[in-house]
Amino acid sequence: MFYRETGQFKQSYAADQAVFPILQDRLGLAAILVVAFVIVPLFGNEFLLASVMVPFLILSLGAIGLNILVGYTGLLSLGSAAFMGVGAYAAYKLSTIFPGVNILVWILCSGFFAAGIGVLFGLPSLRIKGFYLAVATLAAQFFLQWCFVRISWLYNDNPSGAIEVPARTLFGLAITGPSATPVTRYLVVLVIVVGMTLLASNIVHGRIGRTWMAVRDMDIAAQLMGIRLLPAKLLAFAVSSFYCGVSGALMVFLWLGAAEPSAFDIKLSFLLLFMVIIGGLGSMIGSFFGAALIHILPIVIRGLPEALGLPIAAATVEHLTYLIVGALIIFFLIVEPHGLARLWQIAKQKLRVWPFPY
Amino acid sequence: MLYNIFIDPFVQMAQMPDLLVQTLWEGLVSGVLYALIALGFVLIFKASGVFNFAQGIMVVFSALTLVGFYEKFSAAGFSGHTAAFVALVLTAGVMFVLAMLVERVVLRPLVNQPDIILFMATFGITYVLIGFGEMVFGGDPKQMIASELFLPSGSVDVEMLGGMVSFQKIDIAAAVIASVMIAGLALFFQKTRIGRALRAVADSHKAALSVGISLNQIWVVVWFAAGLVALVTGIMWGARSDVSFALEIVALKALPVLVLGGLTSVPGAIVGGLIIGIGEKLGEFYWGPLLGGGIESWFAYAIALLFLLYRPQGLFGDKIIERI
Amino acid sequence: MTAQSETLLAVDGVSLSFGGVKAITDVSFDIRKGEIRAIIGPNGAGKTSMLNVVNGFYHPQHGRITYKGKTRPRMRPYQAASQGIARTFQNVALFRGMTTLDNIMVGRTLKMHRGLFWQMLRYGPAMREEIENRRVVEDIIDFLQIESIRKTPVGKLPYGLQKRVELGRALAMEPELLLLDEPMAGMNIEEKEDMCRYILDLNKYFGTTIALIEHDMGVVMDLSDRVVVLEYGHKIADGTPEVVKADPKVIEAYLGVGH
Ligand SMILES: Nc1ncnc2c1ncn2[C@@H]1O[C@H](COP(=O)(O)OP(=O)(O)OP(=O)(O)O)[C@@H](O)[C@H]1O
Ligand SMILES: [Mg+2]
Repeated sequence: MFYRETGQFKQSYAADQAVFPILQDRLGLAAILVVAFVIVPLFGNEFLLASVMVPFLILSLGAIGLNILVGYTGLLSLGSAAFMGVGAYAAYKLSTIFPGVNILVWILCSGFFAAGIGVLFGLPSLRIKGFYLAVATLAAQFFLQWCFVRISWLYNDNPSGAIEVPARTLFGLAITGPSATPVTRYLVVLVIVVGMTLLASNIVHGRIGRTWMAVRDMDIAAQLMGIRLLPAKLLAFAVSSFYCGVSGALMVFLWLGAAEPSAFDIKLSFLLLFMVIIGGLGSMIGSFFGAALIHILPIVIRGLPEALGLPIAAATVEHLTYLIVGALIIFFLIVEPHGLARLWQIAKQKLRVWPFPY
Repeated sequence: MLYNIFIDPFVQMAQMPDLLVQTLWEGLVSGVLYALIALGFVLIFKASGVFNFAQGIMVVFSALTLVGFYEKFSAAGFSGHTAAFVALVLTAGVMFVLAMLVERVVLRPLVNQPDIILFMATFGITYVLIGFGEMVFGGDPKQMIASELFLPSGSVDVEMLGGMVSFQKIDIAAAVIASVMIAGLALFFQKTRIGRALRAVADSHKAALSVGISLNQIWVVVWFAAGLVALVTGIMWGARSDVSFALEIVALKALPVLVLGGLTSVPGAIVGGLIIGIGEKLGEFYWGPLLGGGIESWFAYAIALLFLLYRPQGLFGDKIIERI
Repeated sequence: MTAQSETLLAVDGVSLSFGGVKAITDVSFDIRKGEIRAIIGPNGAGKTSMLNVVNGFYHPQHGRITYKGKTRPRMRPYQAASQGIARTFQNVALFRGMTTLDNIMVGRTLKMHRGLFWQMLRYGPAMREEIENRRVVEDIIDFLQIESIRKTPVGKLPYGLQKRVELGRALAMEPELLLLDEPMAGMNIEEKEDMCRYILDLNKYFGTTIALIEHDMGVVMDLSDRVVVLEYGHKIADGTPEVVKADPKVIEAYLGVGH
């Protein structure tokens, strides 16, 4: 009734080529942005901001990165955590070598380092496909993680082997380090994530995005349309790794505050993959859904026994979390293999014809 | 530098052949164990096209179940060889139930979905097994009931090439049992009705359906077979170290083995296992110190990656024909 | 078209084999600018392989291909595409996860040049380029009468429409040489008639040169200017439809010995 496109005739192809052609979608998006930028920081408590929203946004960014590779270009990767690590270590090195430059500049620049490494490990993708490629990306995962441990220059010979975030400010406001308040950190992350999501969404809706999807759906036909596979795939690796890299840098600088190499281990790669698949392959909004589910669900499960006053040991809760997350992955795949994003679309479709479904 | 990389290791090998033999042997044994895990993957991939990520965790899970049963028995005052073998049979039963559950709950509803979805579903299975296993058995490492299962311990020291080379008896046993197992599987595929049916399914799902083979049964059978392979692997591996969820990361090593051999090939899994096992040990021992050690964590993947560049379908994989 | 017009593509003594299988043996023929050239022959004769050779997907062991007056070295498919050779496929090879519109827009890839920076902003030059190309694509959509399925994912379309979208995608490349591999296979009479009309219109109004593989002899006789006949990888006849139809070797190949 209220959500429909009838009556909204596009006067131009420009309007029809817009990312959100339907008015209500744009209104909905605006509402979400208002909630995210105004309501949440005003009314959210520290826990919500620091432990729920900040990680959720950062993981969403990583998931978008991985989605560009897996969902849009069809290249299965199990090494995304390592690329996040590259971003984190690059940002750390840059910020300690050039402390005078604003930290946000380095966080964004770290993406370029991740992109470079990503392209390097993407080179084999021209010859290697499918699961073979997935295993080849494990080489990146384990090799890079080994580098994070062995190359002490990367963590400034810190005896703990961890990188610790220096305190930095923006316009006089602490944004990293212990004195940064959750609200400022949240807002900084939010701005970066929203901005980068917008750019990613533009890319995938244009020529480059179509090129990627063509490669994904049928690479031979794509070639015969004049698409060169190697540049297309490498670009996907570069953009994807850029996003993962920035997400990794944000993770250390604005979420964790310090990180050991194990923060970027294969478990994180798997988690990102879950987010992408459960959220919806080839969907921007799906990346957010997936990150929300995979990050927030365990928090809820952990919090539940306490809230209900059940005496369950912490270890058991941890195991239960694994069990439930595993079961839910299977459940969601069975209910909707195309992910939460598709469920969302179906819901919108229903809304479009409501209340007269015939 | 170049000397250190290209010459020195070989000089070392020639100077101390006994050490070389020792390293080769250790590589061989871990290669056999990698091959066993990879074999479980191949079984399932061949028959159902599912890339079963859970194979590694099935190894841990089955070993834990075995030890868990035995502990229950000995707590009830019933221990020794008989108890161990009863536990073994019960564990096999558990693996059968697991196969049934997987088929019912996961595979059947997901039939005809794209590969990546099934792959993801096996991630779900992995997580469920980790959560369930840790809840039931706890997170602490456990001792494998090796001697109760008549597995030897200790070592044979052989004097050769001007030095002592020591062979762990359990490693010898592992190599023998793995070989028997592989031969057994090969026979099963070639000679039995269900084995032939499996091959038919591998060749073409439609063909198998049209001659009246039930896909569901076959899935249960392959998952059960993979479960048994996992159990054997778990016993051998557990006997060499402890049984714990830390094995999971080792099980990931089966992946490079698998792609090296070609996803669908049983001989490929074996040859791949040996190449990776031996290559990794040699690499760690002779080249590792140059890089600061610990290269075992990624060396296997690097070998697989380089090899795949040369032959994208693996050693024995079917050649990828692109047509349009 | 006129028989005197110049040669667009010349295939000269091409042989292609896969391991032991000889798909094409010493085949020569030419395609003239502006004509509709049919390639016919029984199943497995090597017709599809021939098209694959022409657009660089297969590389023949022997022989030469001259396109637009230049004898070309071994080339890759995307190079063929950038030289104006477009193609449809025997088994529909659309991008199944994308909409009709996006599929056809992919055909415009070579006409779009704005790089990552502008694409990222989706503004200014990138947006202008997007709209210009959208306009061309809309013309094609009009021409093929597929307006109503613009935003439908192609995986959900019936077969006949998929073939039409595939033609649209090839047209979006504004090809000089259009290779059609059994564009009418599996269609009913009306769909075939539509498809014939599109092909004739294309040829007549846009002057597109067309090489066409087709099993339906009626269609071939009606559409094509000249026909080349392959059997077991050999060329057994070449000429106008009337000549070819009367050729005893062709009759034998199609009806088998003893008929
Ligand atoms: N990539 C390939 N690898 C091996 N053999 C091939 C390949 N492509 C084609 N062939 C073989 O080449 C021969 C010719 O095939 P082609 O597809 O060109 O025939 P066709 O004339 O198009 O037949 P149809 O009318 O059935 O489409 C066949 O024997 C086929 O099996
Ligand atoms: Mg053909």
